[in-house]
Amino acid sequence: MKTVNLSTYQLTNYLLYLADTNLVLSQRNAEWCGHGPILEQDIAITNISLDLLGQARNFYQYAAVLINQSTNQRAGSEATEDSLAYLRTEREFKNLLITELPRGDWAQTILRQFFCSVYLYLLYEQLQKSKDDQLAAIAGKSIKELTYHIKWSGEWVIRLGDGTDESRQRMLKAIENLWPYTGEFFIPAEFENEAVTGVDLSSLKQPWLQKINTVLEEAVVWSPAFGDGWGEAVFMQTGGKQGIHTEHMGFILAEMQYLQRTYPGAEW
Amino acid sequence: MPTQYPDILFQQKINKEIKIEPKDWMPEAYRKTNIRQISQHAHSEIVGMLPEGNWISRAPTLKRKAILIAKVQDEAGHGLYLYSAAETLGITRDEMIDDLHCGKAKYSSIFNYPSLTWADMGAIGWLVDGAAILNQVALCRTSYGPYARALVRICKEESFHQRQGFETLLVLSQGTVDQKAMCQDAINRWWWPSLMMFGPKDSESTNNDMGIKWKIKRKTNDELRQNFVDMAAEQVKVLGMSLPDPALQWNEANKKYDFGELNWDEFWKVVKGNGPCNKQRLAARVKAHEDGAWVREAAVAYQRKRKAAVRSSFGEAKEAV
Repeated sequence: MKTVNLSTYQLTNYLLYLADTNLVLSQRNAEWCGHGPILEQDIAITNISLDLLGQARNFYQYAAVLINQSTNQRAGSEATEDSLAYLRTEREFKNLLITELPRGDWAQTILRQFFCSVYLYLLYEQLQKSKDDQLAAIAGKSIKELTYHIKWSGEWVIRLGDGTDESRQRMLKAIENLWPYTGEFFIPAEFENEAVTGVDLSSLKQPWLQKINTVLEEAVVWSPAFGDGWGEAVFMQTGGKQGIHTEHMGFILAEMQYLQRTYPGAEW
Repeated sequence: MPTQYPDILFQQKINKEIKIEPKDWMPEAYRKTNIRQISQHAHSEIVGMLPEGNWISRAPTLKRKAILIAKVQDEAGHGLYLYSAAETLGITRDEMIDDLHCGKAKYSSIFNYPSLTWADMGAIGWLVDGAAILNQVALCRTSYGPYARALVRICKEESFHQRQGFETLLVLSQGTVDQKAMCQDAINRWWWPSLMMFGPKDSESTNNDMGIKWKIKRKTNDELRQNFVDMAAEQVKVLGMSLPDPALQWNEANKKYDFGELNWDEFWKVVKGNGPCNKQRLAARVKAHEDGAWVREAAVAYQRKRKAAVRSSFGEAKEAV
């Protein structure tokens, strides 16, 4: 058994965190497929789901390479994108909690996408400059897609916030529900080592707040971050990065992993 | 040719294979037949998203998941082009959707069968999309221009779907004992409903005569069904599986496969709304539409506010001048 150096260990976990976050959000968004409020928007949210899945696969594939390089895997039991997505347990998944929450109504889905897309965009912007070429390349490739996700979800936030009374109420409810899950974005896990990732996580907070506030202001809705600032009065939920999830997580994996668990070792 | 005989002119165009375009004169029955057929096709694409969408969350690998999402999304796209094609005949998408939801408009009965295992994703691709392609390739030369053009795009994507479906089954057919059984079971369940996709026998179909004369349809139900059987009977050999029809046999004299009689009682039962999933499929569509009402209303309200804001700022600008 080779010894795994600390930075590889941290980078692998970091990749899994990014992969899991994208995969679980993709899984949730795909629930809309065939059930969207308008055909064009059904296509749009499903398209975003597909983009996120693609990003997740890039991160899983790279994590698998690192795992296989740093450990002596028996032939046939090497890590793959699928072993990482389908054969880890809920305590091993590192996705942000916000991604696993139920899709809720269109307001909740839209606002979650907007919060996450803005965050991931800022994160990937930094990761593009990472010393790790592969990580930088994946981030660079994803940025274009995120630009569209932010535009699309931001426009919907405004449309719903400044639409009818009902849509405004639903948007306010979504803000109230989701805000406590945004604190986790900026709290580094032990594997988020700036020396490895090249990202100073705390530096993303202000630009994130600024973009969110600009859009919420245009949507004529309240933001918890207006006025006295960040999260003073709101208790922030954390734990996703450490594998301490909400009760939804087990059900997501039970469904997603069902075939791989039922027929171990089969090719599909 | 005097214009007081537009029906003669119309039939001459059809005979000369000149496409009929939205602004051209057409018999009212031709318009209605096309609206019925194109909207039914659009609804089939949209309802057809449900049995496959059902497996997105459980796809066995990330690659299969990506392929399945892309495929279901293609179907939504087909629905869009087809609704647009039908709208050129003077009906709105909302009217068509209302007709679907109240049970007046039909969609392909095949989607009233449940997708029970992963192998169904393969069988739907191979058999259901395969049957749809035969129908649609024949329709690419249909006389109504916007429909014919939509079909050309659709056929390209459908043939890709069919290959993916077949490949999904091929992997299963070479897999474990459980996977092989899953593969055969899915073929058994989807075979007869796929044959029913070509509609009633020619001797009992009410829509064939004018459809052929106006070149809306180019081949009869029975001709297409026979083509499909001949194709599938060969392809199933590659899978090392069988089709669930003891009467299926190569007829050397006719150079065609003979095959057994379809269960027409079942066919009519499903057409009339009593198949295994008719109620669930329609309920899912109605629910999506009703749950989305507030979203559509918000989009309209927002649009109206924007327009008003632009108008008033324009007014202010004029006053300032």
